[in-house]
Amino acid sequence: MKELTYVRADDAASAVATVSADPHARFLGGGTNLVDHLKLGVATPSTLVDVSRLPLDTVEVLEGDRGGLRIGANVRNSDLAAHPVVRSTFPALSRSLLAGASGQIRNQATTGGNLLQRTRCVYFQDVTTPCNKREPGSGCSALEGYGRYNAILGTSADCVATHPSDMAVGLAALDADVVVLGPDGERRVPLADLHRLPGHHPEDDTTLAHGELITAVELRGSELTRHSTYYKARDRASYAFALVSVAGALELDGDVVRDVRIAWGGVAHKPWRATVAEQALRGEVYSEDAVRAAAAEELRAAETGDDNAFKVAMVRNATALVMHQLASKQQHPQQGGTR
Amino acid sequence: MTQQATPVEARSMGTHLDRADGREKVTGHARYAMEHGADDGVEAPLTAWLVQSTIARGRVVRVDPAAALAHPGVVSVLDHESAPRLADTEDRELAILQDDRVGLRGQIVAVVLAETPEAAREGARLVHVAYDEEPHRASLEGAETYAPESVNAGHETDWADGDVAAAFAGAAVVVDQRYSTPHEHNSPMEPHAATALWDGERLTLWDSTQAVHAVAKTFAPMLGLEAAQITVRAPYVGGGFGSKGLPHAPEMAAALAALSVPGRPVKLAVTRQQMFALTGYRTETVSHVRLAAEPDGRLLGIEQHAVSQTSAIKEFTEQTATAARMMYAAPARATTHRVAALDVAVPSWMRAPGEMPGMFAQEVAMDELAFACEVDPIELRVRNEPDADPETGNPWNNRRLVECLERGAERFGWAGRPSAPGTVQDGDWWVGTGVAAATYPTLWMPGNTARVESLGGGRYAVSIGAVDIGTGARTVLVQIAADALGVDPAAVDLHIGDTDQPAATVAGGSAGTGSWGTAIVQTVQQLRADHGEHPDAGVASTATAEAYPDMDRYALHSFGAVFAEVRIHRWTGELRAPRLLGVYSSGRVVNPMTARSQFYGGLVMGLSGALFEESVRDPRFGHVVTQDLATYHVASHADVHGIEVEWLADDTDTLATPFGGRGIGEIGIVGTAAAVANAAWHATGIRVRDLPVTADRFVR
Repeated sequence: MKELTYVRADDAASAVATVSADPHARFLGGGTNLVDHLKLGVATPSTLVDVSRLPLDTVEVLEGDRGGLRIGANVRNSDLAAHPVVRSTFPALSRSLLAGASGQIRNQATTGGNLLQRTRCVYFQDVTTPCNKREPGSGCSALEGYGRYNAILGTSADCVATHPSDMAVGLAALDADVVVLGPDGERRVPLADLHRLPGHHPEDDTTLAHGELITAVELRGSELTRHSTYYKARDRASYAFALVSVAGALELDGDVVRDVRIAWGGVAHKPWRATVAEQALRGEVYSEDAVRAAAAEELRAAETGDDNAFKVAMVRNATALVMHQLASKQQHPQQGGTR
Repeated sequence: MTQQATPVEARSMGTHLDRADGREKVTGHARYAMEHGADDGVEAPLTAWLVQSTIARGRVVRVDPAAALAHPGVVSVLDHESAPRLADTEDRELAILQDDRVGLRGQIVAVVLAETPEAAREGARLVHVAYDEEPHRASLEGAETYAPESVNAGHETDWADGDVAAAFAGAAVVVDQRYSTPHEHNSPMEPHAATALWDGERLTLWDSTQAVHAVAKTFAPMLGLEAAQITVRAPYVGGGFGSKGLPHAPEMAAALAALSVPGRPVKLAVTRQQMFALTGYRTETVSHVRLAAEPDGRLLGIEQHAVSQTSAIKEFTEQTATAARMMYAAPARATTHRVAALDVAVPSWMRAPGEMPGMFAQEVAMDELAFACEVDPIELRVRNEPDADPETGNPWNNRRLVECLERGAERFGWAGRPSAPGTVQDGDWWVGTGVAAATYPTLWMPGNTARVESLGGGRYAVSIGAVDIGTGARTVLVQIAADALGVDPAAVDLHIGDTDQPAATVAGGSAGTGSWGTAIVQTVQQLRADHGEHPDAGVASTATAEAYPDMDRYALHSFGAVFAEVRIHRWTGELRAPRLLGVYSSGRVVNPMTARSQFYGGLVMGLSGALFEESVRDPRFGHVVTQDLATYHVASHADVHGIEVEWLADDTDTLATPFGGRGIGEIGIVGTAAAVANAAWHATGIRVRDLPVTADRFVR
C-alpha cells in the first residue's frame, strides 16, 4: 500500500479541519472496508484521520412520547443491534444490523462507517479493470460483465453498482436523520438523501462534502417503527451481501394500511425507498396481492440484464413476505412476535 | 531381499488417537511456510511480491522499475530480462520470467524484492509494465476443442464398449441432457507461500506443499541442480485440496528471487486474489449424458461426453467421464473427453478431479431416469449394480455400494418418501430429499520409501517424506507404524514433511495414507526380518514399496451414498440444506476422529459446490473477477447443519493395503452436489443441471 500519514483525532472539529484542508485525506472508522481498499490500491489517501476513538460511542435515548435515539457515529454495529430500545422500537434496524457481515466485523464496524462503506462490485475492487466509480471516465466493466449483484433501479450508463449496507436500508425505512459536522458547523441530512444515484458521477457515493464527518444518526420512534422488520435474501445463510433485502414498517387500522414504509437493498446505488409502492398502499385495504401490485408498480422502472433479472421477482416477493409478517402480527397479535 | 508388505493386525488402528500436532496448531506454535525464523536458519529475510500481467495474451514490451526502486525499502525488481535463467523452460507455467510472452492474465511478469512486506507490495504497485497486447480467447463457449492424448491421472481420453447406437435405438426410456459445473478454486485457508534460501549450489525451500519430494524433483532440472541439492521442508501445511499437489509459479518465483540474493532468505506469500490466477483450479466442465434403459430402469446404454478447458501454456484435462466407465452395469457405453486450449490460468487438481463434476452429471441423470421409470432412485441403482468392473472386467475388491445405500436409507428415513416432486411444504419452505452414489478409485503409488530405526527400549523412529496437510497423516501413520511394530503409538517417533526423509509421493489422489502406510509396514517387516523382534538401538532398515495391491487382477474402488434434505424458500427461492448424510465403504478406518473430519470436510465442500462455489471469469479480460472469499462463496458455518457420517462396519480391505484401509480424502465431495440438486428438484419440481444451484432458479 501507498505510504500515508496516520493521525489520531483529538476531537471532531479538528478531524474535520484536517480532512477538509487536504483533498487526499480520509477519515478512518472501524476500518473494515477502507483498510481492504488500502491493500488493494482502491484507496490511496495521503492521510488517515482516525476518528474511531472520538467519544461518539453512546446511544442516547431521547425524551418524548414514543422515544427516539441519537446514535453516536462510533457505536459499534454489534452494540447497536443489541440495544434494548433498538430492539423494541426499531426492530428493522436491529435485524438489518444482524443480517450484515459476520460477528467479528460487526464488533469492529461503526455506525458512521457502515453508512459510508463502498460498493463490493468486483470491478470496483479490482484496479486492473475499468471502473468509473474508482477512476472516473475509465468505463463501467460491470455493465456488460459479471452482473449478479448489479443494481436494477436508478442505474446510469456509467455505473450499475449497489450499495452494500444492510443497516442503511433499515434506517431508510425508519426515516432516520444523519447528523453531519462540517467546517461551517452541524447539519442534518435525511438518510434517504445521504446516498445518491450514480448519474454521471458514480465516484460520489453520498451528498456529503469532502471533510464532512457523520457524528450521529437520529431516529424518532412511533407505532410504525415498532411494527418494522428486515428480510435479507442471500446466496448463503451468513456472511454474504444481499441479493435483495427489504426493510418494512406497517401500521394497520383494521384491514386498512394507515401507514407504511418500504426500503430495498441490493437493487440500487443507494438504499431504495419504495415511495411509489408506499403511496399505492397507504389508505388501501391490506392484502398480499395489493403489496405485490404496489411493488410491481415501483419496479416498472427496473432495468435488468441476464445475471440480475431475478431480482425483480425476488424483491417483489420479499416485500410481500415482509408485509405479510408485519400484517400477521397486527391481525393476529396472540400469535406472538418479537415485541 | 525386499519383501512385499503383508497384512497387519489392528490394535491402535480403528481407535481414536488425538491429533499428534493438535496442540501445536491450536496454540500457534506450528510453523507454516512464512513463519520460519532465525532458529530455523531464516535470518533477515527479504519479502518478494509478484507483479502480474494485466493482459491475457501478448508480449511484455518493457518493465519499468524506476518508481519501485525509488520507493524506500525496495531492493530490486526482477523481470524477464534480469531474472536468473532456468536450465529448462519447457513447463510454461513454472518457467516464469524467462521470456517476454504472456499467456494468461495474472501471469508473473516481475518480482519485487524489498526489506518489508509493505515496501514489497507498494513496490509491486509501482512497477510499470508496457505490453503489446494480442487478441485472446478465454471462454469455453464456442471454442474449438481437441482430443488430448490422455486425461488426468493417465486415463484414456475415449473409452467405449458395446453397440451404443443399438442400445439407444431400442430403448424404452432415454435421458438425454447437458450438465455443467463451473470453475472452482480450492482456496485452502493458508495461501500458497514459500521461504527460499540459497547456499552456494543448494536451495532450501520452506514450502506450503502436498509433496516435498515432488517439488525438489520438478525444480531440480529447471534450476540445473540434482534433486539432492534441493531441500524442501513442509512441517505444517494449512490445507491444499489438490492446489498444492503440484508446484506452481509462485514457488518458482521465490526460488528465483532468492537466487538473485544468495545467502539471503526470501519470503513470498500469494494473496487470496493472486490464488485465483496462479495456483490451479477446477476447470468448468460440460457433460452431455445419455442414458438408455428398459422400462424397469435397467440400463442398456450409458454415454458421457465431457468438454472442459485448459490453458494454452500447459495442458490439464479433467477426467470428467471416467466414473461413467465403471459405475453401473450396461451392455453398451461410450465416454469421451474433449478440451479447449484457452489463454487462461492453468487448471489443476481440486479435490476429486473427474469424479466430482462427472458424478454430478451422472447422478443427476440417474435421478432423472428414476423418475422417468417410476422407480425409487435407490432401487434404480440396485438394479444396475454390476457384478464385475464394467471397464476392466475384473472382480471388485470390495464393492459395497448397495449396503451404503440401504444403510443410508434406513438412517436418513428414506422410506415413504413421495416419488413426485413439489409435494411437501413446511411453513414458507418447500422440502425435498435426494440421494446420489459416490465413488473414488483406490490409487496406490509405488516408490515410497520408509526408514525405521530402533531407538532402544522398545522405541522406534519412523521417517518418510510424506506431508500432513491437515488430514491427520501425522497421527494415522503413527497408528499404522505402531501396529506393524506391535508397540504402543507413544513408542513411535514419526518424522515427515521434509526431503531429508526418504522419498514419498504426494498427499493427493486419496493415496497418501495407503501408499506411505504400505511403505512403513513393509519397512517394519523388513526390520523385523533383518534384525528380529528386539533390535539394538541404532539399528535401522530402509525399504521401498514398489507393489502391493494387484491392480491387474482387481478393480479397486471405494463407494458411498449421500443423502440430502433441501429446503427452498417459496418467496425468495433461497436454498438451505438442513440435513446431509454420507455412508461410506472405504476399508478400515484407521482413526475415527481424523476420518470423520475428512468425510465431514468432503461433504461440506460438496455442499459448498452444490450451492455456492463459482469462479466467474470475465472473458473480456481473461481472469476470474470473483477473486476473494467475499465474492467466491464457500459454505459458512450457518450453511452447515446436521451433517452425519457413517462407515460400514467390518470393512477391512487387505487387497488394497496391508493395514486394510483405502483413501478417504476425496470421496466425501463426490455425489454430494448431485444429492443436493436432486433434493432441490424433489422439493420444487425444478431440475437444475448447472452448478451451483442458486436461488434465482426457483424464484417466480
